Amino acid sequence: MAIFKEYGSGGKDRSAEDRRRHRELVEESIKKNIGNIIAEESIIGQSKDKKIKIPIRSIKEYHFVYGKNKSGTASGDGDEKRGDKVGEDKMGKKGQGDGKAGNEEGEEIYETEITIEELVKYLFDDLNLPDIDKKKMAELESIKSLKKIGYQRKGIPPRLAKRRSAVEKIKRKQAYLRSMKELEDDDIQQDEAAEEVVDGIDLPDKQEFRRFPFMEDDLRYHRVRVDHKRDFNAVVICIMDVSGSMDQTKKYLARSFYFLLYQFIRLKYANVEVAFVAHTTTAKEVNENEFFHRGESGGTYISSGYEKALEIIEQRYNPVNWNIYAFHCSDGDNWTEDNKRAVEYAQKLCGVCNLFGYGEIVPGYYSSSSTIKYEFQKHVKTKNFAIVTMTKKEDVLPGLKKLLEKEGE
Amino acid sequence: MSDYSLKEIEQWNERIEEIARDFGLEYYEQEFEICSYEDMICYETYVGMPSHYPHWSYGKAYEKTKTLHKYNLSGLPYEMVINSDPCIAYLMKDNTLLLQVLTIAHVYGHNDFFKNNRLFKVGTRADYTVEMFKNHASRVRDYIADPGIGYKRVERILDAAHSIKFHTSRVIGEKRVSDSEKIKILLERVQKPKSEYPLLEPKERKEEALPDFKKIPIEPDEDLLWFISAYGRLTEWERDIINIVREETLYFLPQIETKIMNEGWASFWHYTILNKLNLPQNLHMEFLKRHNQVIRPHPGGINPYYIGFKIFEDLKNKFSNDPKKIFEVRELERDQSFIRRYLTQELCNEMNLFEYVKVGNEYIISEVSDDSGWRKVRDTLAASVGMGSIPVIKINEWVQKDNTLVLEHQYDGRELELSYAYETLKQVANLWDGKVMLETFIENKRKVIICDEQKKVVMANA
Repeated sequence: MAIFKEYGSGGKDRSAEDRRRHRELVEESIKKNIGNIIAEESIIGQSKDKKIKIPIRSIKEYHFVYGKNKSGTASGDGDEKRGDKVGEDKMGKKGQGDGKAGNEEGEEIYETEITIEELVKYLFDDLNLPDIDKKKMAELESIKSLKKIGYQRKGIPPRLAKRRSAVEKIKRKQAYLRSMKELEDDDIQQDEAAEEVVDGIDLPDKQEFRRFPFMEDDLRYHRVRVDHKRDFNAVVICIMDVSGSMDQTKKYLARSFYFLLYQFIRLKYANVEVAFVAHTTTAKEVNENEFFHRGESGGTYISSGYEKALEIIEQRYNPVNWNIYAFHCSDGDNWTEDNKRAVEYAQKLCGVCNLFGYGEIVPGYYSSSSTIKYEFQKHVKTKNFAIVTMTKKEDVLPGLKKLLEKEGE
Repeated sequence: MSDYSLKEIEQWNERIEEIARDFGLEYYEQEFEICSYEDMICYETYVGMPSHYPHWSYGKAYEKTKTLHKYNLSGLPYEMVINSDPCIAYLMKDNTLLLQVLTIAHVYGHNDFFKNNRLFKVGTRADYTVEMFKNHASRVRDYIADPGIGYKRVERILDAAHSIKFHTSRVIGEKRVSDSEKIKILLERVQKPKSEYPLLEPKERKEEALPDFKKIPIEPDEDLLWFISAYGRLTEWERDIINIVREETLYFLPQIETKIMNEGWASFWHYTILNKLNLPQNLHMEFLKRHNQVIRPHPGGINPYYIGFKIFEDLKNKFSNDPKKIFEVRELERDQSFIRRYLTQELCNEMNLFEYVKVGNEYIISEVSDDSGWRKVRDTLAASVGMGSIPVIKINEWVQKDNTLVLEHQYDGRELELSYAYETLKQVANLWDGKVMLETFIENKRKVIICDEQKKVVMANA
């Protein structure tokens, strides 16, 4: 006769430990693919908490399995004829019989929801750049302010707390008077006979009473904390060459880069603004949509973009109050007569920006060694200037890393 | 359990057991545990063993089961049965009364199968099952807790060992012979004394070449886990973990090899028993509905319950004068032989089985179950069930001068999936701590895949 038991796990979840580890491995795999994921997102206007769905390949368990050329069997409805098509690739999973054998070859894809903030966190974890944050913060202390946070007995004269010192003196005086009164009462009871004498001796004390001066002990000084007030405002100025030679692929790379840069800067400042400058031979400020989607034909004067950026900075973002990050993406196809001016303006930009970067986008294997890049390398020597070259999606992250290392210097 | 009590279930069980015994089922002592839905997912994840050793793959399996269930892509099993003595089965609390009754009857089918099928009898020790899993778990946990070893290193070995966990001896119950015995057997075979009946001998005996006895292994060996644990450069605990994984596979091999029979047998018995129970009308209707759900064909796929049930039902009808026949079949066969022997043309036809092949990106029907095609369909099915779905990989040689392990895939027309083979080979190299080569065929050309010490994998012509 069988035994029946009611089983209660007591709320213990046996699988918790293994699920946690699995989740950890999934996160690691997200980090590995982060470059690809992040390149898909729209650059701004995303709130930090917005959840985005990203497909991740599941952590695979590899075995020796049969490939695609194996045959299989299945049941049908009886109308099957030789030569009928029964399915496309997907069907490979079916008809293999025992699932326990663990031979699913189909790509398992999870969809995970994470917020952009988490994503960015993963990303910068991955970049291993903790020191940069610290350095950067140190550099940002532009204004110091003093905050009074209490009182102390020692201090320098300018920090004398007058009111508090007076209070201390009054306290001492009150204490003195009370103890004197007690003394007097005692004396009266014990020593009435000696009254005359005591009066006579006490006289100088009573004189002093009326004066009761400040003593060293009464003095209080303000305790002060030095406050490092940070500059909380930053602006990212995206400058892009939108001339005919900048096709969608190139813009896509540029866009990924701007997005990452924006995310990184937003990590450090409370208020980040973005300005978009599109240029051909002339430059104008545009909105995000136009920036990425409207193509223009014509030649290229890089200097025009820089000039416009400088103009915007002058009008709206005073370098005294703003941390300015400017980044320019181009395929380097600048008209030669403009090179000299471009270098000149680049130097000017370096003067006002925290960081100025030039990203040259050369997709594919073909790359004409651009003269403007060479000119920049030769003439712009300031420390806050960086040159990044990108040919494919995978270069975006290393590029950013290089740029940020520059900033950390 | 809302509308019925444990008492009621026990009463049903009593009647079921009575009928089962009358029919001649012979099973281990049975224990039922009634658990919640969450517990059931957990049991399913840990192959019924809550005391299983930890590994992230079980966390993954749990999430997957839960997700599939959440989206109703797969139902949770009504029951879960462990091959142990006493036999343990889990029933889900929320099931209806009829489902519990059906499940209980189903469980006795499995229980009988575990106790009597040859593969289980020679391949597993049912009375040690629970102990074995507990013991494995505590050994692995001890290694994890050991400050000199730790979680990461244990995980690394488990990852690698899991990747070749099915590559152990396929012959269930066979004892490993030592090298010296093997040499003796081989010598005997070659220098066979003149037989007493020379007429029975073939006229010309081919001279068998004597294998090289210095070679390790003397003959190609399919037990990768055993070989690596015996000859690999491993520490004691690493060796132990490999053996744990191997023992677990050996425990599951009979179940892998008899999935269709086992489920067919249990379905056959729940159907037979419930028909005998004289269920009240409403329960009987639900029984028919549930039963049909369990054994319905999966269009475009294979439902082991369906095929197994159909074959046993067919056998019962055919051998109505020999009621012992089906018991014999459940004792002696495994899925492959079961299908080869008893899947008839009529059954193939009735179940509309067909064979498909992949042409380009499409699956094209290559054979249907008519006069000329049904054998091919049957054989393809027989070849793909159980361990037939897992490629045979053998160790050909351990080249000691540079510590290279040479593997060979026994090509039977089915190619290896290369992306998986590459990654698996890396794992083998992890365990072996040296270079690993695998010979195989790709597009009918001999190829060798090489994974060097730096885990760089390349393929070359062999």
